[in-house]
Amino acid sequence: MHKEFLMGNEAIALGAIAAGVNLAAGYPGTPSSEVLETVAKRRVPGTYVEWSVNEKAAMEVAAGAAYAGARVMVTMKQVGLNVASDPLMSLEYIGVKGGMVVLVADDPGPISSQTEQDTRHFAAFSKVPCFDPCSAQEAYEMVQEAFDYSEKYGTPVFLRPTTRVCHGYASVTVKEAEEYRVNRPEGFVKDSGRWVIFPRLSLRNHEKIEARNETLSEDFSSYERNRIYPSGGRGAASGFGTAAGRDDASGTDSCGGTGKKGIAAGGISFTYAMEALKDSPQPARLFKVATPFPFPEKLALQFLYGLDEVLCLEELDPVIERELTYLCGKHHLPVKIYGKLTHHVKNAGENSRDSVNQNIADFLGDAAGQEDISRPLAQSASQPPSQSASQPSSQSVSQPSLPVRPPVLCAGCPHRASFYAVKTAMKGKKTIFCGDIGCYTLGNAMPLDMVDTCLCMGAGLGIAQGVGRIEPDTSCFAFVGDSTFFASAITGVVNAVYNQANMTLVVLDNSTTAMTGHQPHPGTGRTVMGDVTAKVSIEAVLRGIGVSVVETVNPLDLSASVACVKRVAAEPGVKAILFRSPCIAITKPSGCLRIDQDRCIRCGKCIRELGCPALVTDNGRVCVDASLCTGCGFCAQVCPVDAIRKPSGAQPDAGAGPAQAGAGEGNGNPAQSCGGGDGNE
Amino acid sequence: MNKNIILCGVGGQGTILASKLIAAAAMKKDIPVMSAETIGMAQRGGSVFSYVRIGEGICSPMIARGTADLILGFEPGEAVRMLPYLKPDGQMVVSSRAIMPVTATLSGSSYSGDAMIAYLREQVRGLYVVDGEQACREIGSPKVLNILLLGAAAESGALGFTEEELREVIKERLPEKFHEINFRALSYAREQKETDHFRTEAL
Repeated sequence: MHKEFLMGNEAIALGAIAAGVNLAAGYPGTPSSEVLETVAKRRVPGTYVEWSVNEKAAMEVAAGAAYAGARVMVTMKQVGLNVASDPLMSLEYIGVKGGMVVLVADDPGPISSQTEQDTRHFAAFSKVPCFDPCSAQEAYEMVQEAFDYSEKYGTPVFLRPTTRVCHGYASVTVKEAEEYRVNRPEGFVKDSGRWVIFPRLSLRNHEKIEARNETLSEDFSSYERNRIYPSGGRGAASGFGTAAGRDDASGTDSCGGTGKKGIAAGGISFTYAMEALKDSPQPARLFKVATPFPFPEKLALQFLYGLDEVLCLEELDPVIERELTYLCGKHHLPVKIYGKLTHHVKNAGENSRDSVNQNIADFLGDAAGQEDISRPLAQSASQPPSQSASQPSSQSVSQPSLPVRPPVLCAGCPHRASFYAVKTAMKGKKTIFCGDIGCYTLGNAMPLDMVDTCLCMGAGLGIAQGVGRIEPDTSCFAFVGDSTFFASAITGVVNAVYNQANMTLVVLDNSTTAMTGHQPHPGTGRTVMGDVTAKVSIEAVLRGIGVSVVETVNPLDLSASVACVKRVAAEPGVKAILFRSPCIAITKPSGCLRIDQDRCIRCGKCIRELGCPALVTDNGRVCVDASLCTGCGFCAQVCPVDAIRKPSGAQPDAGAGPAQAGAGEGNGNPAQSCGGGDGNE
Repeated sequence: MNKNIILCGVGGQGTILASKLIAAAAMKKDIPVMSAETIGMAQRGGSVFSYVRIGEGICSPMIARGTADLILGFEPGEAVRMLPYLKPDGQMVVSSRAIMPVTATLSGSSYSGDAMIAYLREQVRGLYVVDGEQACREIGSPKVLNILLLGAAAESGALGFTEEELREVIKERLPEKFHEINFRALSYAREQKETDHFRTEAL
């Protein structure tokens, strides 16, 4: 054993490796992406890892390997599970031979997602057992236990961390490579009575699954990560749930003499409750729920016994609260259960240390911690406070209003140029711009204002077609990214061609999966294991489907792009434009631009129309922020008086996107400091 | 040693690397450490923070209001935003250089970094103001602000780690070609402590 400072997702990956995972497959999605990347990076020889084209593909690849006896992990974010749900729902009826952990990262807040859906509910719906870790250390150990449960019961299992567990770091005690389990898959054994789903088999297996989950509920009541802390956090400071530090094992001792109150919590909220109770003047019995499905009923009854009131602290849906309310009804227990259903806890958004401190203080009737001394809690404590949130009492100066910083497209982002070209070309025409999930969702912000709809990955294609059916005189555009194109846009294109839709598909191809951290995809020619592979051509796919017009253009060349959009959009039927220019984060900057202040007429057009973070004003003068400018040269093409220039004095080269611009171009001049520096982040 | 440290700024300023270096320094001394940070969409030009918690008995990586021992403010407005998390007797090291959001540039409005600093002077007794812009110019890179602020916090004693310990983790964690410039930032923080660039408030 040794210690490493690990992100929760890295701890999960190392746990899977220690458990002898043979195959891992997934699709990137915040907050889950680092799990698969770390399995790929730290894998032992013989392990296979892939970024699949989407979550459904990942689930099916993993299922096949698990049929053959391999230990497998599938990784995705919570909305990815919607895509993978078709194979998963059936897979639960078939079962697995090798252990299968389905890692689904939930995103309370939501911080980077479309929904606040709760995978614990998906667990109950699909009947798949669910593990809910509360820390990086626990996640490391739990994923290994999850594999064992999966094999013991022949079922896929969920590991469902949330953002703060996934993206929190901790010093984690991990195994040495010699301690890793080695799993040698037996191979696929033909047995059509087992592997081929038919209604008769489904009925029989449904009965078995229901019985198994009752057994699992019993089993989980003695699973050591589900446990009761008789007197809350006291004396249990840091050792919770770790192999090293179990204190008062689950029991039903009296709860400190006074306690008629209990708190039930899961995941990161459990750790918040633990810290609040550690310093609380009022003791409370604390119940940690590590397996929300099947719910450990027997242990829950031990927890409830003798209590008058229970507060449930959990993020997303009131899963624990419903289970406890149900148990009280089933067993006629006179215990009041409080939480989201009773409006004692907010029913949307992320919990925070402060919100949990407040919930517990309200519940126990006294200040829960000694921490909140001088500054009052805001109504919504999950976000950093706005200017109105906190006013220390002794102040003589009122707090100046704080800058608002919505996320924006990066300086030099080619998506900005693509949106601007379409906007310019279609000015004055009746249009709809259907967006998608990715960096380009940020094209909705002012001043671009180029995203009229965004629903889920790939949906823009269908929405553009639907709007076109009702408004035939509208020019309908659907924007997708390159990774998104492969993940879920192709069926939409087939649908459009087959049904003779009239629309323009715009593929914003920046040669990477940018928003989630630059993962490779089928168009990049690389795999997550570092191999060079065939590039799947988006143009060839579109032509193969039967899209009649497919044009590719460099978005950083404004006049060519505008002409392309005008030409293509005027064609009938389904047509496509590929804007191709790599993400600025994976290319070297080509030297920053400068403003010729003698020429600049201060019209502000560059700032007003582009909104590039590198263009700033300083006492009315327009300036380039050298630390941000990538030298893409796009703003120079928008300037009406030719006042934006390359530092050497050379005219900006319209065609010189980062792909073509040599890294040496900016060297040897004073502006080379932009983008140089010491490589931080 | 038990410390709650918050690093806050704007995406791309190097807060995450700085928090990693603090954690590495704690790991070297075998002190338990947890941290959390902004990841994902908000990183793109948005407000970002890192929490670092050091010491025994920590359950979660998150920091409650009024419990931070130290805030490293990479940007004055962001430092004010996180002020409610500072302990009444907590310390703050802040760069005075304001970064205008794109929205401010678009609307022609602007906010004043000086007003933020003035407000912090009223509110925080243990305040160090660093002229980050001038310092980075003198050191020779716009990207060393993070190491500069770490150095300033080390000099003040608020960080709980020495300049030497920071040098060690920089050596271990960063590519060699970046060692020299970051060492220069640490030296600068030490040498300039008592000059105009580091206007030390009464502690």
